[in-house]
Amino acid sequence: MMDQQRVNLDGFAHEDVGLGLVALHSPHDPAPSLVVADGLVVEMDGRAAEDFDALDSLIATHGIDVSVAEEAMALEDVALARMFVDPAVPRAEVVRLVAGTTPAKLAQVVALLRPAELTMAMTKLRARRTPSNQAHVTNLLDDPLLLAADAATAAAYGFRELETTVPVLADAPSNAVAVTVGAAVASAGILVQCSVEEAMELEMGMRGLVSYAETVSLYGTESVFVDGDDTPYSKALLAAGYASRGVKMRVTSGAGAEVLMGGAEGCSMLYLESRCVSLARAIGAQGVQNGGIDGASVAGAVPRGVRAMMAENVMVMARNLEACTGNDALMSESDVRRTSRTLPMLLAGTDFVCSGFGSIQRYDNMFGPSQWNAEDIDDWLAMQRDWGVDGGLRTADPDEVGRLRRRAAEACRDVYRWLGLADFTDDHVELAVDAVGSKDLGDPDPMVVLGAAQAIRSSGLGSLQVARALQECGYDEAAGRVLEMLGARVQGDHLQTAAIFDEQMQVMSLVTDPNDYAGPGTGYEPDDRRQAEIDAIRQARGVEDLRVDQAQWRSDDLKGGGPSVQGSDPREVVIGLSPGVGRTVWRTLSGLAVVDVLRELLAGLEEEGCTARVVRVNSTLDLGMVGLTAARLAGSGIGIGLQGKGTALIHRRDLPPLANLELYSMAPIITSSLYRLLGTNAGRHAKGATPVPARNPYTDEAVEARYHTSVIALVALERACVDRSLDNEDIEVVR
Amino acid sequence: MTRAFSGRDSDELTLDRLSRDELGADDVRIHPETLEHQARVAERHANPQLAANLRRAAELALVPEDEVMAMYEALRPHRSSAEELETLASTLDGYPAPLCAALVREAAEVYARRSLLR
Repeated sequence: MMDQQRVNLDGFAHEDVGLGLVALHSPHDPAPSLVVADGLVVEMDGRAAEDFDALDSLIATHGIDVSVAEEAMALEDVALARMFVDPAVPRAEVVRLVAGTTPAKLAQVVALLRPAELTMAMTKLRARRTPSNQAHVTNLLDDPLLLAADAATAAAYGFRELETTVPVLADAPSNAVAVTVGAAVASAGILVQCSVEEAMELEMGMRGLVSYAETVSLYGTESVFVDGDDTPYSKALLAAGYASRGVKMRVTSGAGAEVLMGGAEGCSMLYLESRCVSLARAIGAQGVQNGGIDGASVAGAVPRGVRAMMAENVMVMARNLEACTGNDALMSESDVRRTSRTLPMLLAGTDFVCSGFGSIQRYDNMFGPSQWNAEDIDDWLAMQRDWGVDGGLRTADPDEVGRLRRRAAEACRDVYRWLGLADFTDDHVELAVDAVGSKDLGDPDPMVVLGAAQAIRSSGLGSLQVARALQECGYDEAAGRVLEMLGARVQGDHLQTAAIFDEQMQVMSLVTDPNDYAGPGTGYEPDDRRQAEIDAIRQARGVEDLRVDQAQWRSDDLKGGGPSVQGSDPREVVIGLSPGVGRTVWRTLSGLAVVDVLRELLAGLEEEGCTARVVRVNSTLDLGMVGLTAARLAGSGIGIGLQGKGTALIHRRDLPPLANLELYSMAPIITSSLYRLLGTNAGRHAKGATPVPARNPYTDEAVEARYHTSVIALVALERACVDRSLDNEDIEVVR
Repeated sequence: MTRAFSGRDSDELTLDRLSRDELGADDVRIHPETLEHQARVAERHANPQLAANLRRAAELALVPEDEVMAMYEALRPHRSSAEELETLASTLDGYPAPLCAALVREAAEVYARRSLLR
């Protein structure tokens, strides 16, 4: 049975130092060292300057603050590790010291942090105070209308960065335009990226088709870097190139990448990633997307691999960079395991908790399925609410999402038509608006998208023309938002670390919204508006909702009568009802009308030749007391107690209140035939015959989780009907 | 107020002007001085490397897109000889883009040592 669990679909590997399949420590990791002469690094992590590879060279020349290096490197690893966690040590002090550490030193320090300590370090060290989240918006067909609609949906759910990519490289410019349009329809200030090969991504960034870039990969060894057709220096130029056009950029790295490319050189994943993070800082990137990413499953396969991925993120934060913290590629088939991997980051809060939450269907995610996907959004919202933390998402009103999807798809269609890129039919718009994913679009002609993309590229069209087209087509608000994003490029404030825009286009970054965590009572706390957003998930119900639900089941078939008197017929069984029944409570938790339940009980009694009377007990809602009161009124001394929610028992007049003869406790799963059997058995008890005891129905589902909210509300309705001054009253059941 | 590359005040990026086709690409392009300003902000926030990158960006802000893309290509592994990288550095000196030129010369030295030249 254990083998059937989904976790066993995952691959688990023995540690293998030779392959680099080792998370935190390898015997081949160098011992930290740093020798500075005349202000220049002449030895780093055991290697002399003349032996530096390209990574060492760039890090040693640009990435180490030699003015604090001596102090930082002299600190015991554990002393520095404690500073990461200690709320009394300001973030700025950690940042100051870490600037003087080598890759091997920082790796050793974070390897000392245990999971709860990593969570604390993340809480304190992330750059931006307010956490956020990023979505993937892609589809199998690169369909622009669906991309636009899905971008609008993602924005409605609160994602502040949208990352698209393509199954067909040449489609990229079209995807960038479609997502830009969809995002602008739904919200101001959404950053948009199209992840493709480095040169193409740079071209789109410079031409203003996207507002940030992320696919700037760094690797922990020179050989893998070169296999990836780059060097640390080409990446440094790329970083400057993006900034030269006001485009936000972060680099991508993460455990496991070197292992996958067979070039780990026997080092641990954490050490290699530490080199990447040092390099990111050295080339002047404002942020890093790491925490496994494409290698997440590799890291997840080895002991402490998940911990190493979180430690990577903490290194980024400690180097004073924006942390886009993985939780990107799906690293497990097991819901338990993927939740376990993500939860600490959700609790701590990061600049982007997911570096790609798949806001679309898994099959449409052209990055591959994400750790979190569209079908998980309700789970994510519930986890935010459970812990009272901000994972960047909010509940979106379905009507509003529908309206935004329609407007986004129409705007995209109109923009493509106005710019002469493509002509989409009204039917296509309708399909895109209603589509769950691209499989609902039928079979559109792929050449249409390709043609549009080529036209965008060859004409040099940019976001300014997109804004103009939106305006011409009557989408002034969206046009204004695209123009504002272009204006932001001119301002350049979003080039600072960890910048996003809020919905009023205010930049939130290390500069404008710095993390000020310094222990309990400090740091980010959702404001009242945001907390209300987190708390208000659409499934939440209150007593008033239930009162309305119950009222829909009101029936004229229960009629109040006079006060109940003691019965004398030895065959008489009394059915006692709780006070709310027939007033505010009409339907049991199993979905049966209370009057139908009564009919089953009465039929069961009739089959046994008993007479029956129905009495509402107004003085208590305790089922034992209701049943006992009924038993005492019955000529036979046998009573049935029935609460409005459906819980029922058989009582006898000489028993203590909390005892009973039979009890149906599982109200949500009691069927009509079981109620009939309860009536039959009560009749047999009345006659002194031997009843066949009913088996309480059993389920292994989380019945309590499902029904407790309703139970609490039903009890509240019943309690409001309790009136000790009222007599017990006979009730007529219309048959 | 911030000036765009064209010299236009960024406050002038309005829908009204857009509708009159008065806005061009250089009106939504960042000015080198703005990048220098952002570099100073980054320096004040404990990231001199980000500041250095923004200063290299300020230099590249003057360089046409195609040339920036060509420079990136030239710095990829095994694309350029030592002479070609020196020519590139000299071109950069001419813009003037001395910080970028220095980066290219540094790369050339490392590439020679690490066999990354063409």
